[in-house]
Amino acid sequence: MQHHVVLRIVCKLLIPLILLFALYVQFHGDYGPGGGFQAGVIFGAGFILYGIVFGLRSVQTVAPPPVVVMVSCAGVLLYALVGVAGPMMGGNYLDYSVLLDDPVAGQHLGIILIELGVGLTVASTMTALFYAFAERR
Amino acid sequence: MLFAIFSLLSAAVFVTLDAVDVAFTEAAVGAGISTILMLATLAVTRTREERAHRLKPLAWVATVFTGAVLLYGTMDYPQVGDPTAPAHQHVAPRYIQQSGEEIGIPNVVTSVLASYRGYDTLGEVTVIFTAGIGVLCLLGPVITLFGKREKD
Repeated sequence: MQHHVVLRIVCKLLIPLILLFALYVQFHGDYGPGGGFQAGVIFGAGFILYGIVFGLRSVQTVAPPPVVVMVSCAGVLLYALVGVAGPMMGGNYLDYSVLLDDPVAGQHLGIILIELGVGLTVASTMTALFYAFAERR
Repeated sequence: MLFAIFSLLSAAVFVTLDAVDVAFTEAAVGAGISTILMLATLAVTRTREERAHRLKPLAWVATVFTGAVLLYGTMDYPQVGDPTAPAHQHVAPRYIQQSGEEIGIPNVVTSVLASYRGYDTLGEVTVIFTAGIGVLCLLGPVITLFGKREKD
């Protein structure tokens, strides 16, 4: 992988921006377009781009496959547990209004948390799918 | 490649329809990741097609039956763009007018997806997760994910 200098340099410049943009989409989803799903896909795409250009081995040292699968599970769990927190605090399942004293602030917190769960699951699932396909070679 | 171009074009259409959230998803998933997965599939498959397996009658019946039931289910749907559809009667106005006070988030799409329709989104995430695990199981690297690798 010594050639493709232009490709590698451009990717080195682009990947941080892609990941940063994914984080922006993730945490700015309340105000602008976007949310967990879109952010997760963009974040996963950043990893996939790294894997394509620098090889599977390099991307797997950054994001080892077991970690990726566990993050994928953790996202779903985070979502479901935020839902469980509702009944624990005297509300309905997935009712975020009871999470904090102020219902609107509680909704905010709940939405940010579950969007984080969505983002984690989507990003890691996309990366895991890429690993699954790329490892077949 | 054609799929990627199609996805990019439909993303542009979604932008002109003011559905920016959907356009985002379409551009990232349709034009980006599915193209990569398609190319990866091409790389792991051979050029020759294997001879078709014998048709399994039971599988046929199950597929046709499920499809027919799904089609039958869609018959109860209101017409596309029907202003008297139930969704436009009470749900949509409530979301648009009340979500500012109830959720306090400017992006109505986010508040509908994450709060009002939280169950659906939980289901979607579970579907993505399950699909990912399913593909991993089918392609076989799940065992090497947790066990030790034989090589390297």
